[in-house]
Amino acid sequence: MSITSLDTDLENLTLTLIADFDASIDRVWELWSNPRKLERWWGPPGYPATFEKHDLVPGGEATYFMTGPDGDKSRGMWRVTAIDPPASLEFTDAFADEDWTPIADMPTHEVTVRLTETDGGTRMEMRSTFDSREELDELVSLGMVEGLREAVGQMDGLLR
Amino acid sequence: MVVDELPDQEVDELFHALADPTRRDILRRCAAGEPSVSRLAQAYPMSFAAVQKHVAVLERVGLVTKERRGREQLVHTDAGGVGRARQALDELARTWRGRVEGMADLLAQGTNDERS
Repeated sequence: MSITSLDTDLENLTLTLIADFDASIDRVWELWSNPRKLERWWGPPGYPATFEKHDLVPGGEATYFMTGPDGDKSRGMWRVTAIDPPASLEFTDAFADEDWTPIADMPTHEVTVRLTETDGGTRMEMRSTFDSREELDELVSLGMVEGLREAVGQMDGLLR
Repeated sequence: MVVDELPDQEVDELFHALADPTRRDILRRCAAGEPSVSRLAQAYPMSFAAVQKHVAVLERVGLVTKERRGREQLVHTDAGGVGRARQALDELARTWRGRVEGMADLLAQGTNDERS
């Protein structure tokens, strides 16, 4: 198994993953930089990805669709924020509509990938921070509940 | 103020739920741990049924949820999005597990190709 650790941080809605591969850093980087390789692992089983655009430069975009077993397509896109081959890549991954416009109320992920050479091969550290309108709203309402709890504490003080 | 964004009726129900000192105390205990209904009932000079009714009021406005575990009914604060956020993260973790497996498979294949 290649995954060395996998942590979820509920408070910051972040997934952190460390994987160790028995391969050179260039070969691991190629899995990201070569769209034909990338599309062989990006989509979940049964939903192969096809990358149409794959412009990995700062500010560049990658667009892809994943084809389901019934031929249904779901589209997504990356917007690259930083890249330093073969060591790091940062991008925002978003669901897109048919014109490759990010869908506003669907969750987006801020993804940071770092590759480092190790004794036996390559370590990949991946951090994905989850962001969505709905989740944000819920966090706000969570804050509301906390605020109410505090208010309730004060009410108790006043009522004594 | 965020409370303004809730429909008036929900705000009324929320404040009604919070207007009772026993219910506020129950809420505090649930925020601190995950007491069972029967353990909560031992904490107050009232019947099990009365405590259960208080829990039901809190549950109706979404401040707590009940979960059956074995013979006990545990009460915890349902801070709304926490459950769904947890689910979304777990799903993301599953996705990445699959991706890393796919990457490892490809890397292994590449090695075989080079050897052949």
